[in-house]
Amino acid sequence: MSLLEHLPVLAIVVPLAGAAMAFVTGPRRSALECAATSVLTLVPVLLLAARVLDSGPQRYAVGGWGGPLGIVLLADGTAALFLVLIGIVGMAVTVYAAGYFPTPDEEHPGPGHGLFWTLWLFMWASLNALVLTADVFNVYVCLELVGLSAVALVTLTEGAEALRAGMRYLFASILGAMTYLLGVSLLYASTGLLDMEMLSSALKTPSVASSTGLALMIAALLLKTALVPMHFWLPTAHAAAPSPVSAALSALVVKGSFFVVLRLMLDVMPPGHLGGADTLLGVFGAAAIVWGSVQALVQTRLKLLVAYSTVAQVGYLFLVFPLAGAGGAVLSSAFLGTGVHALSHGLAKASMFLAAGVVLKRFGHDRIADLAGVARRAPVLAATFALAGVTMMGLPPSGGFAAKWLIAGASITSGDWWWAAVVVAGGLLAAAYMFRLLATFMASPGDAPEPAAPLRVVRTEWVPLALATASFLLVFAVPVVTQLAEAGSVLARVGGVAP
Amino acid sequence: MNPATLYPLAGAFLFATGVYGLLARKHLLHKVISGNFLGSGVFLVLIGLAGRSSAESPDPVPQAMVLTGIVVTVALTALALALIKRYHTATGLTTFDPVDEEQL
Amino acid sequence: MTVWLPVLLPAIGGVLTFAMGESRSRSRVAINLGAAAASVAVVIGLTVDAYAGRVATSTVAMLPGIGLTLSSDLLGLLFAAVATVLWGVTLVYAFGYMSHAEDRARFFGFFALCIASANGVALADDLVSFFLFYEVLSLATYPLVVHSGTGEALAAGRRYLYYALGGGSALLVGVVWLTVLAGPVSFAPGGAIAHVAAQAWELRAIFGLLVAGLGVKAALVPLHRWLPGAMVAPAPVSALLHAVAVVKAGAFGMVRLVNEVYGPELATSLGVAAPLAALAAATILFGSVVALRQDDIKARLAYSTVAQLSYITLGVALCSPLAAAGAVAHLAHHAVMKITMFFTAGSLAETHHVKRVSALDGVGRLMPITMASFTVAALGLAGIPPLAGFFSKWLLGIGAVEGGQAWAALLYVTSGALAVGYMAPIVLRAVRPSASERVEGPESDLVLLWPIVAVALLTVLFGVLAGVPGSPVEWAARAVAPSFVGWTP
Repeated sequence: MSLLEHLPVLAIVVPLAGAAMAFVTGPRRSALECAATSVLTLVPVLLLAARVLDSGPQRYAVGGWGGPLGIVLLADGTAALFLVLIGIVGMAVTVYAAGYFPTPDEEHPGPGHGLFWTLWLFMWASLNALVLTADVFNVYVCLELVGLSAVALVTLTEGAEALRAGMRYLFASILGAMTYLLGVSLLYASTGLLDMEMLSSALKTPSVASSTGLALMIAALLLKTALVPMHFWLPTAHAAAPSPVSAALSALVVKGSFFVVLRLMLDVMPPGHLGGADTLLGVFGAAAIVWGSVQALVQTRLKLLVAYSTVAQVGYLFLVFPLAGAGGAVLSSAFLGTGVHALSHGLAKASMFLAAGVVLKRFGHDRIADLAGVARRAPVLAATFALAGVTMMGLPPSGGFAAKWLIAGASITSGDWWWAAVVVAGGLLAAAYMFRLLATFMASPGDAPEPAAPLRVVRTEWVPLALATASFLLVFAVPVVTQLAEAGSVLARVGGVAP
Repeated sequence: MNPATLYPLAGAFLFATGVYGLLARKHLLHKVISGNFLGSGVFLVLIGLAGRSSAESPDPVPQAMVLTGIVVTVALTALALALIKRYHTATGLTTFDPVDEEQL
Repeated sequence: MTVWLPVLLPAIGGVLTFAMGESRSRSRVAINLGAAAASVAVVIGLTVDAYAGRVATSTVAMLPGIGLTLSSDLLGLLFAAVATVLWGVTLVYAFGYMSHAEDRARFFGFFALCIASANGVALADDLVSFFLFYEVLSLATYPLVVHSGTGEALAAGRRYLYYALGGGSALLVGVVWLTVLAGPVSFAPGGAIAHVAAQAWELRAIFGLLVAGLGVKAALVPLHRWLPGAMVAPAPVSALLHAVAVVKAGAFGMVRLVNEVYGPELATSLGVAAPLAALAAATILFGSVVALRQDDIKARLAYSTVAQLSYITLGVALCSPLAAAGAVAHLAHHAVMKITMFFTAGSLAETHHVKRVSALDGVGRLMPITMASFTVAALGLAGIPPLAGFFSKWLLGIGAVEGGQAWAALLYVTSGALAVGYMAPIVLRAVRPSASERVEGPESDLVLLWPIVAVALLTVLFGVLAGVPGSPVEWAARAVAPSFVGWTP
């Protein structure tokens, strides 16, 4: 069926069309419309993933023009995995937001919240495009699209805090995008190519210009992924945004730029191309794990704790690079672990931010110290944080545990056992800040009366619980993730995952 | 010095100036302008690239990249200015930190 | 499929308990008791099959090359039976004890999840599956320790986490390392890694890591410090989890480690069994001596548990068949004896607000049945025939002598004497006439009383019927036999 051939571009066009329609039809979005939109966007993604599992990577030339001038969309296993993550979290955020934002009426006039749907669907489309594109300049465009919509979503609420955080994010975004473009121009100067697959053959003979270009590109992407030490913009931006936006930012946007790093380092560049860059990335990753967790431990506000937890968890993703050089079983295990980690962290972090949003609505604040007794008053919320926390800590049977196992196993097999030590330490640090939160929840509540919240809001608690439960049980989904990863170009080169 | 080296050098210089300004200048409008410097710097590098092949038929791909980049930069600048305006209305400030406001 | 039921039935019961909310207490009782009864029936059925030689195994795909596997071997079934049967009994006790407490849905829900994880630990067929359930058990226990939500409970919970998660990290590193060296390690009687090409120092280091991880729950000195603090939890928790499920999971793990991962021969030849035995011996002495000095009843019982758990650890570390059989039998015997004592302590606290040994005067006259049951259990702990404790200690002692480690037999005798030393005051004070005004007062509530009597009866039964097929002693001997080449019970 020719429609199936067009699945890659459908994954981008459907949410884009939805965004346009949302802009035209105005801010009154019923829950049904939202659910329908998200299902319509998720369906092509799932079909695409099934196709990839069935017949391998799918290539799609946009407009029928192939490389080197045209833009090719490459849906291989890794891309499909990230698309599925974006789809699932996207659907959850959409359904949740329908209950979260007040319907525009006399009390809450104004375009602020009404624009949410347009911007959010637009960001969803840009994220899908970012993951699918196989052209380095198109990546720049998609990065800018994602960044623009993200900044607009962060500053959707009126507060000065959100404006400040959003502007910092915008300036960091500009710096990152321009640096990336400079890198692309150097790369083009030396190779004359923009298509990733063609670049990977051309780069077998390195040159100063291409290496500098790639280094600039990677550095810019690190700023966008908020890897320590370039993480300064993330905590305030993710904490100050409205909760559905925070969920999308932490779970998806940082994964999008990470995905490009993954492509560049593992697919486009031959191993060792950038000298000690892979070890440096691993060191930054380890620093992120420690620094982010330590900062999370001292936070007094819930959303900032969750945001710093993102800073820490992003570090885990970069541990694959120093291990990639060893090739073979080490690479496949580490790569699979990274994919599983991205998926499970995305689900768990989204659930934590969405639950934090319900906390804000029900209790009126997110000061951790004043949240004693939530376990009794709002057991669903406490359960959500507990289940998501298990993933952060890397305890079984969660996806976080599976990722930890795979990365630690790869590290010990390769002989560089210190990465395993980092992973184990990271789990303990995460336990420290998560249990600090959970212990407060389990403490006896004081005598303060619980403020009432509209039923519509209370019902939305089930969405983050569903996401958290999925991440809690994700170890059982690893076989499917393995199959997807094996359909990805990285593992195809290595010949699959060794047991 | 022929254009093939002049443009990239000028572009690099603009880029460096832009990075400095974006990070070091406190006034928000100065940051936005520095962001534009960044963009212009990169565009000059790209144009230099385009002219590197023969002068009669310059390479169109970098020119296309520059055009796209200009469009994106305009959008970014517009968003930044709109946000600054809102921020100023909400807080009366033109920097992130009231302390810096005194110093300006 | 049946082999999953001992895990799934309590788990489903737990989730249903959460979902039903706080108010539906009758449904809660029905669901929990129903799940317990069904689980006991399944375990009995699996045991009958296992006695006939039919062992069921089932796997669910998980990590690459590593599945979640359960298997109904005799050793695992013994632990599962202990946990499941005593869960049923404790439920009756707990429904009465907690009838006026807050957050009961949360309590019973996590209680069921703990039993589900303990059964998973029991029936796990390989090291990774074991690790998975072991860690889930740590997590499921935490909400029960901090149940009351007071500062003291939260502090005890925090300390519990330090030890449990720290030990869990050591266990994880050990398991990953061993799996990298040897591939997925399934439990095999007599050892599973003899063929592995690895250096001796690596195997020793891994053994150390695994012992550190298991030693937290098995209360091996110096990893025992979480246990006395955890006594702040409600009495049913202390009874079932800290006398039966959680701590026995650690001791059980030691048995699996020495007998079915490394195997007695490899453990002895690597020289790792001896240090383990030494640590266990030190723990026995330490626990017994410190118990003497505790005035708080539950604390005294906690330190007694510390000592008694190392009976099991020492038994397997001696790497001799009778000692191993005695160790595994003691797993069951100690469980019923200690649970009787914790039930009694809870009853004393609830009915007469007595929590200290020094306040026990005259209680015996008021609660004769309760204290009689306690006395039976105490006599069993001290190793008086024909009660259960005597037989397990007898086997441990003989096994030690046969294995050429007579000093261990001496240690068992000494600690038995010390046990008399710390148990006797409780009994004697209770029967002493009271100097204070306590002249009349109720016996324990029926709902608290009959579980106490039931487990005390088990103490008697296990002893009197020792050697009968199905009794812990005989069951244990059958279970450990395959690990020792050429030995038949």
